[in-house]
Amino acid sequence: MTQTFTLGRAIRLTLLSLGALIFLAPYIFMISTAGKGQSEIFTSSLSLIPTQFFYLENFAKAFGRVSMGTLLWNGVVVCGLIFVFQVVIAIPCAYAMAKLKFGAARLLMALVMLGLLVPIHATSLPLYVAFDSAALLNSYTALVAPFSISVFAIFLFLQFFRAMPDDLIHAARLDGMSELGIVMRVIVPNAWPAITAFAIFSVVAHWNDLYWPLIVVSNQAYATPPLGLLFFRAAEAGDDYGALMAATLIITLPLVAAFLLAQKRFVEGITMTGLKG
Amino acid sequence: MSALSIKNVTKSFGENHILKGISLEAEAGEFIALVGPSGCGKSTLLRIVAGLEGADSGEIVAGGRDLTRLVAAERNVAMVFQSYALYPHLTAGQNIAVPLAMRNLTSMQRLPVIGSMLPGQREIRKDIMRQVTDMARSLKIDHLVDRKPGQMSGGQRQRVALARAMVRQPGLFLMDEPLSNLDANLRVHARGEIVDLHRRAGVPTLYVTHDQAEALSMADRVAVMMSGSLLQLAAPEVIYDDPAHIEVAKFVGQPRINTIASRVDADGAVTLGTWRLQPHETLAPGSDITVAIRSEFLSIADMGTPGLPAHIERLEFLGSEVIVYTKLDAIGESMVVKLAPSEAKGLVAGKPVTIVPQGERLMVFGADGARLRADLTFTTLLERAHG
Amino acid sequence: MADMTAISLPVEKSRPIVNVSERHEARVAWMLAAPAMILIILFIVAPVIAVITLGFTDFELGYSTFKFVGFENYAELFGDRTFRQSLWNTAIYTAIVAPASILLGLGVALLIESETVGRSFFRTAYFLPVASLLVAMATVWQYLLHPTIGPVNNLLNLIGLPGPNWLGSAGTVLYSLSMIGVWQTVGFNMILFLAGLTAIPRDLYSAAEIDGAKSSIDRFFLVTLPMLGPTTVFVTTISVINAVKVFETVKTLTEGGPNKASEVLLFTIYQEGFVYLRVGYASAMTVVFLAVLVVMMFAQYRLVDRKVHY
Repeated sequence: MTQTFTLGRAIRLTLLSLGALIFLAPYIFMISTAGKGQSEIFTSSLSLIPTQFFYLENFAKAFGRVSMGTLLWNGVVVCGLIFVFQVVIAIPCAYAMAKLKFGAARLLMALVMLGLLVPIHATSLPLYVAFDSAALLNSYTALVAPFSISVFAIFLFLQFFRAMPDDLIHAARLDGMSELGIVMRVIVPNAWPAITAFAIFSVVAHWNDLYWPLIVVSNQAYATPPLGLLFFRAAEAGDDYGALMAATLIITLPLVAAFLLAQKRFVEGITMTGLKG
Repeated sequence: MSALSIKNVTKSFGENHILKGISLEAEAGEFIALVGPSGCGKSTLLRIVAGLEGADSGEIVAGGRDLTRLVAAERNVAMVFQSYALYPHLTAGQNIAVPLAMRNLTSMQRLPVIGSMLPGQREIRKDIMRQVTDMARSLKIDHLVDRKPGQMSGGQRQRVALARAMVRQPGLFLMDEPLSNLDANLRVHARGEIVDLHRRAGVPTLYVTHDQAEALSMADRVAVMMSGSLLQLAAPEVIYDDPAHIEVAKFVGQPRINTIASRVDADGAVTLGTWRLQPHETLAPGSDITVAIRSEFLSIADMGTPGLPAHIERLEFLGSEVIVYTKLDAIGESMVVKLAPSEAKGLVAGKPVTIVPQGERLMVFGADGARLRADLTFTTLLERAHG
Repeated sequence: MADMTAISLPVEKSRPIVNVSERHEARVAWMLAAPAMILIILFIVAPVIAVITLGFTDFELGYSTFKFVGFENYAELFGDRTFRQSLWNTAIYTAIVAPASILLGLGVALLIESETVGRSFFRTAYFLPVASLLVAMATVWQYLLHPTIGPVNNLLNLIGLPGPNWLGSAGTVLYSLSMIGVWQTVGFNMILFLAGLTAIPRDLYSAAEIDGAKSSIDRFFLVTLPMLGPTTVFVTTISVINAVKVFETVKTLTEGGPNKASEVLLFTIYQEGFVYLRVGYASAMTVVFLAVLVVMMFAQYRLVDRKVHY
């Protein structure tokens, strides 16, 4: 019995380790190749440690061709603005739907459920035409506005608020708080788990989004990280994989670092918001 | 030969000794309640007997078979869980059928689609169905067999769990707080039912509970456990009237037994407030002891009667009895007295009274908590010490 | 008599008081919900209606006029070889990526759950691709799969196998993209399955052991698999929908090529709408895309209703 147990475990650990190696291989090669010179990349791609370190040169190239700082800054601004708008708009709405009686609640619920079905890819054509005719292409407005409303946020907060006891709100009302006061001083402080989970979901989704930025932005000054990397690839005519990997590394790092630092929250957030991928 | 014997079972998690060598024997058809505060190791012991956890050392023998090295599935034990642990995706009938299907069908025959096409399995399935129906009928849940656990009340789920445990006619019955998820009314009713079922099945039963009243009212014998040790295993009356350990005395009985810490005087007598008590046999002078007496063996008399002078702090009227909370004047210890309502007439908070113990009901425990058997009775309450 | 009227008067007055407070509550609710409602209409409802309407026109960006053409776009769509190829490719991609990432996700979750050593390391390793910028990682894959200098082919050559031109030949490109897709989504499914596994009450496994489920395979079929039902339905829907929405890797690595062998739905819509600016035609495609999503969501609701009801 103990024999099969150890054998089973050996197989299990081997499988897991092999899989992990395959899953991590791209990262290993990314880090290794970012430090290799052009000639070494062409001759010996399998050796992991560069014979000569070209990290400085490759990173210099990456920073030189495209303004990495601008890209990352744009990513932060766009994701930050989107998140703030989404939360500020969704929380009062979800509160009204969960705890107040009004005629439009059912209609609103129907709109939210419908909205969950519709990704940006389905609405992008008319939105593009509209932003084009308003001369708003190549702007933060174009990048942020369509995502200022997140029906998913409403849905998530709605579930969360419904589980909050009504007595909490009744007590706040008896204490003389206005409804907006209740939202700010009672609901929000108690909704942090949902807000952080949504923050992770929202930032991951919009940091990674390529489709919409690709449509509305052609000016490098407003490029988000994925779009910027696409520009960088276009600018890089040959196969300068060293520089390309360096650029890739820079752009991947912020979110990966955030994930590694706050792993537990990430996993919780993904689990909680697992709904809409 | 006993039907179940647990021999010197130990279990620790690192430095944490959960079970410190438990031994216990059960006769055929005996109902034993394992009782103790949470964390005392009673559930761990039950899970070790079930085979869900391994013991560090010790032995478990049931019906002449050594179970120690068998996995749970091979032990032919049945268990009812606190959460009932019914499979939520199966109907009540399917739940009850699981142990039979596991035993009577091969693993091929149990496969979802292919299994139902294999030869020979139809008769077995029919037989299982018959046994399930019989069992459901005898527990009066035959109208529930097509319902899923989610559509049943707590009491109904509990019966389904019992049916699943009994249907395979186990050699040993284990229950882990099976009543604690029921509301108070249902719980009292279910106690009687479980005792009834146990009598019909005639299988030795280990019943874990933290509720001393449940243990006393249901079991043939009660095993009181505290922090990994078995303090006493005896019939309920013995546990109540003749506890072997101060912790047993404190754990059992409502309201809690009255205790007064004291020390044996140089002459071997014990001073209790203004009283001096002469034990029947000698106690080591200078040793720390605890004197204990249950609330129903105290009575209240007018001030001036020989006894312990006290003040009444508070009265609780409980219908058939009155609980009187008092404080002894001399040493400030609390004393709880249980009286019949007629005896409590005229008592009010603040009133000075005398408490009169029944001398032969006083118990003495040593510093280690063990009962000092030598002095079961005090000869008398001696004369008032000049005070 | 006088007393009675005096008593009944406040009773009559109290009715409108209730209404006033209810009306007040409704008004506040409206105010709180209004911004969200307006934005939903502006950015979701109106564009969806517009896209359906545009699908019946010959609107092209840059031209000031357009006319309604009925179902002409749809007729053209189903005669369009690119579009048919694109639908087919999307279907193949989904048929590979969704099942593979679900099964691998479940497998990894089960292995990690039953292992005591290195749990958090393995979880991190498999989840890392989900937290990484896909466009960036696609670039890394392009290097890994490079026909001549790529480590994958070098490795194959080392053991004497000819390495294919993974992303460059029409025969392999879709499978290569699928592989990247699986790599990217397994971790996500794994996390959801892990959450599902943790939610299974331990008592059920104990009960299964007592009931005679000796082997871990017995317990898997008796407890784990049925209890993962809701999670599985859920993971399946997400995986399918995400696979249908494949775009980033195609845009970054192949631009639909070679020879339209990796042309997928969203990429075709993107090309028609935002490169060739044929908005009307692309809108008709979008309607088809939306219909696919609606059908799949509907299938999930039905499945959840029917199967996962405890």
